[in-house]
Amino acid sequence: MADVVVEHGRVAGATGARKRTSLHNALKRKSTVAFFLTLPLILLIALLVLYPALFSIHLATLNKSMQKFVGFGNFTFLFKRETFWMVVKQSCIFAITAVIFKALIGFIVAHFVHNIPAKGQRKWRGMLLVPWVIPPAMSTLAWLWLFDPSYSAFNYTLSLFGIGPVNWLGDAAWARFSIILVNVWYGAPFFMIMYLAALKSVPDQLYEAAAIDGANWWQRIWYVTLPMMRNIIAITTLFSLIVTFANFDIVRILTSGGPLDQTQIFATYAFRVGIESSDIPLGASVSLFMVPILAVAAIFILRDVNKRGNEA
Amino acid sequence: MADVSLRKVVKRYDDVEAVRGIDLEIADHEFIVLVGPSGCGKSTTLRMIAGLEDISDGDILIGGDVVNDVPPKDRDIAMVFQNYALYPHMTVAENMSFGLRLKHYPKAEIKERVTEAARLLDITDLIDRKPKQLSGGQRQRVAMGRAIVRNPKVFLFDEPLSNLDAKLRVQMRIEIKKVHQKVRTTTVYVTHDQVEAMTLADRVVVMNKGCIEQIGTPNELYHKPATRFVAGFIGSPAMNFVPCRLEDVGGSLQIRLTDRIAFTLPPARAARYNALPRTDKLLLGIRPEHLTESHAHLEPGVETFDTVLDVTEPMGMETLVYFGLNGTPICGRVNPNAGAKDGSPMRLAMDLNNMHLLNEATGVVL
Amino acid sequence: MSTIAIDKAGPRRKVKYGSMSRDRAWALRWSYFFLVVFVIFSLTPPIYMLITSLKSSAEISAATNPWWVFHPTLSNYVELLTSNQFLRFFWNSAMVSIVVVIVTMLISVPAAFALARMKFWGSATLATGVFLTYLIPDSLLFIPLFKMFALIQDLTGITLLNRWYVLLFVYPTLTVPFCTWIMIGYFASIPKELDEAAIIDGASWLQTLTRIFIPVALPGLIAATIFAFTVSWAQFLYPLVFTTSIDQLVLPVGITTTLIKGDVFNWGQIMTGALLGAAPPLIIYAFLMDYYIAGLTAGATKG
Repeated sequence: MADVVVEHGRVAGATGARKRTSLHNALKRKSTVAFFLTLPLILLIALLVLYPALFSIHLATLNKSMQKFVGFGNFTFLFKRETFWMVVKQSCIFAITAVIFKALIGFIVAHFVHNIPAKGQRKWRGMLLVPWVIPPAMSTLAWLWLFDPSYSAFNYTLSLFGIGPVNWLGDAAWARFSIILVNVWYGAPFFMIMYLAALKSVPDQLYEAAAIDGANWWQRIWYVTLPMMRNIIAITTLFSLIVTFANFDIVRILTSGGPLDQTQIFATYAFRVGIESSDIPLGASVSLFMVPILAVAAIFILRDVNKRGNEA
Repeated sequence: MADVSLRKVVKRYDDVEAVRGIDLEIADHEFIVLVGPSGCGKSTTLRMIAGLEDISDGDILIGGDVVNDVPPKDRDIAMVFQNYALYPHMTVAENMSFGLRLKHYPKAEIKERVTEAARLLDITDLIDRKPKQLSGGQRQRVAMGRAIVRNPKVFLFDEPLSNLDAKLRVQMRIEIKKVHQKVRTTTVYVTHDQVEAMTLADRVVVMNKGCIEQIGTPNELYHKPATRFVAGFIGSPAMNFVPCRLEDVGGSLQIRLTDRIAFTLPPARAARYNALPRTDKLLLGIRPEHLTESHAHLEPGVETFDTVLDVTEPMGMETLVYFGLNGTPICGRVNPNAGAKDGSPMRLAMDLNNMHLLNEATGVVL
Repeated sequence: MSTIAIDKAGPRRKVKYGSMSRDRAWALRWSYFFLVVFVIFSLTPPIYMLITSLKSSAEISAATNPWWVFHPTLSNYVELLTSNQFLRFFWNSAMVSIVVVIVTMLISVPAAFALARMKFWGSATLATGVFLTYLIPDSLLFIPLFKMFALIQDLTGITLLNRWYVLLFVYPTLTVPFCTWIMIGYFASIPKELDEAAIIDGASWLQTLTRIFIPVALPGLIAATIFAFTVSWAQFLYPLVFTTSIDQLVLPVGITTTLIKGDVFNWGQIMTGALLGAAPPLIIYAFLMDYYIAGLTAGATKG
């Protein structure tokens, strides 16, 4: 048998060359079509994402009038600014706190929705997802009005219980709380919907098997639900972390970073410095500080998404 | 309609050879079935004929023309897929006419061909339905209809019945045979089910590990298998293989199965095997139907032996009995009234006129 | 004898069932209670928008219960919907969003088809790149993009900054990667045999895309379209940076910058504007919720 195969190889060798070129042509045809189909995408990414990203690094090394190369000058300048460190701290606190609460609330609400009869789930899910659907700039305006110090609906309601007016956005601590609250309000439905999809994908037999094995409600969540949803929880959390961390709309509309930069985060600070104060290089430098944190989150997401792909 | 030739066709994926240089001549109007276990290269071969896979070496000819570099649409072939691959957004009629519409056939002719094919397949009532509204068998018919309307040179079937339940499979098998008798298009049919292969084919091609083991009519394969693989693959329950050796006892040739059991070969067989070296390790191949209960008037060449049954399986018209010979599990088929019981001793008769003798090392039937 | 045994077993089993269903009933009641709480939390801002939008300025500044409308009026709506400026914002937003949706689909659907079905050199890398691009937030790129457009203006004389159509260039950077990504998922879920059947039927790659893949993946296409539209409609940072003249603004920026005059907040009009601005996505969501949710959850799966 073996030598027969060898002989085949030799006999076919003569025609091999011709075949390979035609095969090569077919491949070339296919990849030419593929190239043209993906060309607009490649151009878009290259010109409007990749190039600006690199350009940003270049900008960050210039002085304010963009005439002179200052190397790491902008960065060292930022390091000496107390405001900048406040921005770093606030960005991290906002993102982490908001994401934790989004994740918790989303998880709890998803469970409640999953708990009720399937017939009514659509309706509840529909109402609970509304915050995610409204453009955040629009809904934040409503929050701004709810938080209004003099005619505010919140303060009116609290006054009915004899609780004095709260300076929701004027006091640094309350302003931070308010920003996190709006972030949670806006982002929790996304978690809810992702968890709900994941919950539905857990086969009922697993719960039945766990129940027969004597697992109580809590153990079923801990040993069945969470492990099965581990991956989607990780992806959703990391994804939300990026979105929350880089968020601009909510802080911009609620406080514009005030009072006294005490709610300033990367996006709003970069806007303040780069656009409003026209120091483009410094603004670019501020933005660039987001990159390491975003990159770490992105790498983990990519790992999890690929893992999901392999499981499927 | 046309004949199809495969000449030393090779398919290589990186370093792995999925198809190792096969030669096959398919005559016009012929119904050929490629059969073999999964991974034997049968589907790859079919897909190379279809043009869905490039061939690494060799030539494929359809109607005398080399089609190695011809794209599938210009090969004038039609294919029926395992999961039917019906376009879910099109009605049955649209599904069947899609290829014709792409080729800009006149509307009237398209309608005529679709109507004709629908009538042939008995799906005229379903013509305006979407695939989702059809049962598995109906989808299968539509998939065949899509092939028929094109009036191609060659039909290619890729395990078309695997997704159907057992009963429907039998029904569709007959349906496919009927259709072929009517349209007489050259057909290449791939399956892993040897029953399908035997019942449908004019000739069966048994493939294993990328090579053709044997080509022949269903009867040839059953009665004259060329290799151990074919002998074991064709027929259900499968052929038994018992290690054995040849012995000369008092001028006659004997085959020894165990220390206790040895049979004198019938004269025709003895003459055939006499030249073999007595030292060779051999296998006796015997089909279950040639291992039956013993009775008073045994034909010449039928030998009896006693054994203890392990398990019996009553099938109604027969009872399958399982026992061991020197540790080799053996299956026999006995009359349901023969009194076969689990764990009971029984005298069985082996019909040596229908035996096969194989070389254990090479697997070749001698 | 046997009937007595059944009688004995009967009540015991009943009690067991009873306790099960009672637990279940309580769990259900708690679920509904918390769902109501969360729905109130979710819907307070939009409902408050509606309440305020129906009030006159006088009622808003009066010390009455802010949660109730005592003298409902549509004057805010009339005023905004007859104001050229507001209609201009609406028109700009609609224009930008619709064009961006079309551009996004034209770019991402063919690309997704190529990436899902035509394995070519670098296709895996490109798919990963698309996903990474999707993770890049707007707040990372607005400064270099701003400078880029300024430079283009200096070099070529083409004015991009402070023109609404500049948004047509930048919005696709937000919509295309995600839409491509979810379309890859939808296309990849189409069985391979379907395109092989199409190839044998004589379809070219482009015909396979337009006549098989697009119709079959229509739910995905709708989800992607909805996503592209809502993202374009809601985008706030880019128009805030790139456009300043009143006649070039889109809704979100227009409402926040023009209706707030100095320190005077005309809340009735702001809330009306915000509600009208939120209306198109909300209406789409109301009618196409299932597609919306499908698109949302598709982002986390690789298809």
